[in-house]
Amino acid sequence: MKRFLGFVKKEFLHIFRDYRTLFILFGIPAAQILIFGYAVSTDIKNAGVAILDLSHDEVTQKLTDKIFSSGFFKKTETLLNYNNIDKVFKKGKTKAVIVFEDDFGKKLISEGKASLNIIADGSEPNTATLITNYTTAIMNDFTNEFAGSVLNNSIRISPELKMLYNPNLKSHFMFVPGVVTLILILICALMTSVTITREKEFGTMEVLLVSPLRPIQIILGKVTPYFILSFINVLLILGLSWLVFGLPVKGSITLLLAECMLYILMSLTLGILISTVSKNMQQAIFISLIGLMLPTILLSGFIFPIENMPKIYDYVSSIMPPRYFIVIIKNIMIKGTGLMYIWKETLILIIMTLVFIGLSVRKFKIRLE
Amino acid sequence: MMGNKVITVRNLVKKFGSFVANDNLNFEVSAGEIFGFLGANGAGKTTTIRILSGLSKPTSGEVKVAGFDAYRQTENIKKNIGYMCQKFSLYEDLTVKENIVLFGGIYGMSKSLIRERLVELLANLRFQEYENRIISDLPLGLRQKLAFSVAVLHEPRIVFLDEPTGGVDPITRRQFWEMIYEKAASGITVFVTTHYMDEAEYCDRISIMSEGKIVALDSPEKLKKQYNAPTVEEVFIKIARP
Repeated sequence: MKRFLGFVKKEFLHIFRDYRTLFILFGIPAAQILIFGYAVSTDIKNAGVAILDLSHDEVTQKLTDKIFSSGFFKKTETLLNYNNIDKVFKKGKTKAVIVFEDDFGKKLISEGKASLNIIADGSEPNTATLITNYTTAIMNDFTNEFAGSVLNNSIRISPELKMLYNPNLKSHFMFVPGVVTLILILICALMTSVTITREKEFGTMEVLLVSPLRPIQIILGKVTPYFILSFINVLLILGLSWLVFGLPVKGSITLLLAECMLYILMSLTLGILISTVSKNMQQAIFISLIGLMLPTILLSGFIFPIENMPKIYDYVSSIMPPRYFIVIIKNIMIKGTGLMYIWKETLILIIMTLVFIGLSVRKFKIRLE
Repeated sequence: MMGNKVITVRNLVKKFGSFVANDNLNFEVSAGEIFGFLGANGAGKTTTIRILSGLSKPTSGEVKVAGFDAYRQTENIKKNIGYMCQKFSLYEDLTVKENIVLFGGIYGMSKSLIRERLVELLANLRFQEYENRIISDLPLGLRQKLAFSVAVLHEPRIVFLDEPTGGVDPITRRQFWEMIYEKAASGITVFVTTHYMDEAEYCDRISIMSEGKIVALDSPEKLKKQYNAPTVEEVFIKIARP
């Protein structure tokens, strides 16, 4: 045990002495959280919208006020006719134009329905979709109020848009779990595979193997510091997302941390496996980055929903651990569900961990022979 | 030679699939002996060293190192040997002291003993001012000497040196061999591979391997006489390239 502790201490010295390692460990996760949370945000705030009001009555005035007081939109221009629409888009500041038809208010009161056009800038499809969704929601809201206050008969019944779990459509609620998933697998697998192949490349692995340390002690000694640091990382990311974005953990924190530990363990064993198949550090880095980062971003459901993928990608993604962890962490953090609903994913992660350990031990033995 | 055998190898065979890396090796090494293990690249030296140091198991034959069996008692073998390989074997981003404390700890030495040896070792090497220096700041010669000192820190019965002087200047090599002599005189057996034939002359006995077999084994003087050659280098060339 004393031997082992001395060895673990040495591993910590390696980490703390290398600023790059420290930066990768703690700088990148913090930066990722902030970048994904702010820059890659899919919320809209002060999006430029122009108004073309052909009716000019009390109702359209109220509706316009309501739209711009929502905080999502900023009025760029008031247009007088259709001809200017193209021009106003080309200036670039306007993302959508809202057009009220002639006699909008009159029709709404007398016929119970009136139409309005939302013309959005399709060159930014995400923003366009969001703006139309938001405007529609505001419109529905308005018609409901209007129906209640002015007329007591029914105007048209509109589908209600309600966002479960993320009522404000805050996108960092979606990104934080994704970033945790990505960061943990990347750092754990990358760091362990690099640190082990480094010993191989520098020849110190031979010296360790010849020493009375058992291979299992060597491996455990190498991954223990990363386990501890990754766990601190989890706390850091969760703390940061709570402080900066006010993202709460709805479910049990204990369960969340336990699941994170399982996922860290899985990633570490994956890192060990990568180290047994790579000849040098470059290879280990290459496999970890290209083999893990891209598929995690693209296929794990982090950004693109798995349900929308062609079947073949669905199959590919089902062998990727992040896919399961993302479900687990979203469930616990955002929906607040317990183990009851995520035991299947948890079990899959446990099985994957065992498989990686089994494969690594086999590879390691073959190499020794 | 001296009576006490610390390495006994009889009919050692090691195969990788159908490739025979070690073909029926037989030799013994006595306590305190400096045993040179020569051979061209790929002759099978490294395989033998791996077996002797408990890293790999023989396919057949009897191998005893420090009195322990190479099949079943590799843990005991590891406690009784030191090892320095051709690549530099200390951690370059740790200080001299940290390396010594680490390896002392790995070999189960007590803190006070490590401290004692550290002081002694730094004094011997006139190294005191380097105690807290990072290894990568030291010149190669110093590093190699330090690596050797660390390999024998726990006073093993046998130390394996796998091309320890590769890339080192002649003066440092001479100093290095003085250290080897000193350790051998204190009773540590030195098992060394090298490609420098002048170094082979310093050994008590040398064996020359070719294609997995030991083709010559005796003291440098006797081999020179037997092959009618002025230097070990000539002997080596006569054997390795007939």
